[in-house]
Amino acid sequence: MTPHSAPETSPLLGKLSLGALPLHEPILVVTFIIVAIGGLALVGAITKYRLWGYLWKEWFTTVDHKRIGIMYMILGLIMFLRGFSDAIMMRLQQAMAFGGSEGYLPAHHYDQVFTAHGVIMIFFVAMPFITGLMNYIVPLQIGARDVSFPFLNNFSFWMTAAGAVLCMISLFVGEFAQTGWLAYPPLSGIAYSPNVGVDYYIWSLQIAGVGTTLSGINLIVTILKLRAPGMRLMKMPVFTWTSLCANILIVATFPVLTATLALLTLDRYAGTNFFTNDFGGSPMMYVNLIWIWGHPEVYILILPLFGVFSEVTSTFSGKRLFGYTSMVYATVCITILSYIVWLHHFFTMGSGASVNSFFGITTMVISIPTGAKLFNWLFTMYRGRIRFELPMMWTVAFMLTFVVGGMTGVLLAVPPADFVLHNSLFLVAHFHNVIIGGVLFGLFAAINYWWPKAFGFKLDIFWGKISFWCWVVGFWLAFMPLYILGLMGVTRRMRVFDDPSLQIWFLVAGVGAAVIAVGIAAMLIQFAVSIWRRDQLRDETGDPWDGRTLEWATSSPPPDYNFAFTPVIHDLDAWHDMKRRGHERPVTGFRVIHMPSNTGAGIILAGISLVLGFALVWHIWWLVGASFAGLVGAAIIHTFNYKRDFDIPAATVAAVEEARTRQLAAAGA
Amino acid sequence: MNTKTLAAADEELRFYDLDEHAHPEGHSTMLGFWIYLMSDCLIFAILFACYAVLGGNYAAGPAPKDLFDLPLVALNTAMLLFSSITYGFAVLQMQQGKVRGTQAWLAVTALFGAAFLAIEFYEFQHLIHIGATPQRSAFLSAFFTLVGTHGLHVTFGIVWLLTLMVQLGRHGLIAANKRRVMCLSMFWHFLDVVWIGVFTIVYLMGMLQ
Repeated sequence: MTPHSAPETSPLLGKLSLGALPLHEPILVVTFIIVAIGGLALVGAITKYRLWGYLWKEWFTTVDHKRIGIMYMILGLIMFLRGFSDAIMMRLQQAMAFGGSEGYLPAHHYDQVFTAHGVIMIFFVAMPFITGLMNYIVPLQIGARDVSFPFLNNFSFWMTAAGAVLCMISLFVGEFAQTGWLAYPPLSGIAYSPNVGVDYYIWSLQIAGVGTTLSGINLIVTILKLRAPGMRLMKMPVFTWTSLCANILIVATFPVLTATLALLTLDRYAGTNFFTNDFGGSPMMYVNLIWIWGHPEVYILILPLFGVFSEVTSTFSGKRLFGYTSMVYATVCITILSYIVWLHHFFTMGSGASVNSFFGITTMVISIPTGAKLFNWLFTMYRGRIRFELPMMWTVAFMLTFVVGGMTGVLLAVPPADFVLHNSLFLVAHFHNVIIGGVLFGLFAAINYWWPKAFGFKLDIFWGKISFWCWVVGFWLAFMPLYILGLMGVTRRMRVFDDPSLQIWFLVAGVGAAVIAVGIAAMLIQFAVSIWRRDQLRDETGDPWDGRTLEWATSSPPPDYNFAFTPVIHDLDAWHDMKRRGHERPVTGFRVIHMPSNTGAGIILAGISLVLGFALVWHIWWLVGASFAGLVGAAIIHTFNYKRDFDIPAATVAAVEEARTRQLAAAGA
Repeated sequence: MNTKTLAAADEELRFYDLDEHAHPEGHSTMLGFWIYLMSDCLIFAILFACYAVLGGNYAAGPAPKDLFDLPLVALNTAMLLFSSITYGFAVLQMQQGKVRGTQAWLAVTALFGAAFLAIEFYEFQHLIHIGATPQRSAFLSAFFTLVGTHGLHVTFGIVWLLTLMVQLGRHGLIAANKRRVMCLSMFWHFLDVVWIGVFTIVYLMGMLQ
């Protein structure tokens, strides 16, 4: 096999040594100092205000789907800041590195930055955001008290968090992969990536992947089994439908990622020949397998947000959603089609005209159900009384932006065109166009829409609008130049450029990124200002937008048990129907409510998994053995705990509901 | 007024379930576990796909005909099939409410499972000894990974069997334990089905080539 310089290993620390600390890279040292100071300040503050017990009891060990949902959102937000700093670094490097300048990032560092940016944005930003959103909203929308497997939900969150932590550790101990976000072999094989970067990549994704798969199973079963009486499948809110489809895709694709990464792991750790260049291995096998996961993944990300746009459009147009049935069928069609288009990511593999035509056509066909959705939203708005609140603004911005991204996608779906545009900045502009314009704008619509449900007060409009305009303008400034550069043939992941005529476009893109940075800052200010002014922004009714679905039927924030009595559904827009027909909220006759108990097992198991991942990255075999044994042992011990739930006494329920009655009376509702 | 219309109107205006009965605990566990098995099935599907694509790449090394000992594999298959039958007996005992009988048949199942693993271990060790290692060719990489992953699942199943026997001893046939016996039953039979795929595609078809 190809020789490589194996780093020294010791029995005690494996490949880990002081040399693994990037003390010679000033950017990383400064970052580390800032992170360390910030971290110490946070730990100090929590200790000073004696919050550890509260955090442990009320948050870390919680099995409440609402709190787990919020923790997912916080994880996504923190990782988003990391992923965005990577983006700014790349924009700066590419804007500088002209006319003989090498920029400010050495190749070794730059390659890690673009890899980490992609990995973090997809796995540790977009995925936690949508999982958190589905976790929070779906049980409320179907009138359930929690998900089907509450402990599993907590465990899934902590596994995702452990994966994110392992990925972050790579910043200061060792290095991250330098392979691009999908780590294609043979580059990611041991011969060409002999250091720990790819191992960090593999193990952080594997640990997080366990969490993602399990939370997918959990939400599917929740939606199938825990719907309120009367809610047939075709009476489910659209967001619940799109969540169901997204979770089916998660369960149908994440095992493929798990298996593929496991095979790459065997190639790297055991010297097998799945994806090597010699002894019969096939690197293109990896590329096929990873995209069989990877293409459905982008639909996992966008489908729930299609649901968000449907809810927002219908609520803020004051109308029932236009074409509910076609919306559901379009979602299901996209779910199925997303599985048979993967090869369009590598038409250049050379699989022949017939195969390329098949995948080109299936790809173009996806634009039909997607187009149907857009028309449904437009017809919902048509003759509606539209209120341009922040969620609606994000939705309109999405429609305008996403359509452009969709159309460039259809251009890329034409194999001959793709041969020219493959791996160019045109592609980079395309997928940022749909992921920012679709997924992120959708998330911002969702955060502005459901924040009052989660916290009981609305978000500040002024700072929200500043953030909105900076994001939209910044996005167009940052990515339209990349389309142009891509058409001129500039490939992605370049660190330095020779042709000085290109620089102006990179400068414009850099300005765009800076405008987006202002948008992010404005959003953080929006959160802070809203929390500061929460008493003025307070919503007492639980239904600040005149909503149509069940989550607005309960208080904001909802009580632990969500609904004192399970609602009975007669109409698609269940809550709108209840309001229209003058339902009476029951105020007596409350009963004992059976709820799952909190448990520390999830965070403990995920913590051990993190240690196991770290030990595997650094080949610290004794720690691998010890932590693996600990993991199995802790899991078995957890199965000996049979007391997993408790009863909320009827008197407690009555007291909570009594307070709610008074609150509603005071609000005049 | 007609009482029938009144009742219909009442039904129409019922917006809350005031007379709710708690969902029986664990009523969706079987569905959840089944979906988990399907996700596991996908992992095997990928390993089968790899074997199908790479299985002919011998890299001038040994081919299936040079390596596989069909009578031994047939014996191995018999061990696993018997273990599925004995697991069925354990479930029958459980349905009759007999804790001891359930535990006994679970123990027999574990023994058959262990015999299967022992034979597989012997086979692997023999192959490695004659130089047919997982590193030798893509065919052997795919072979060892597919068969080995199945073996790891069986190992995990045996650990679960032993844990469950202890739990049955402690708490008897309570609802939670019955549910666990049924989940492990699905898991165990699932491994049997996967093995039939392995036996057919890897061993039988390998000898035909």
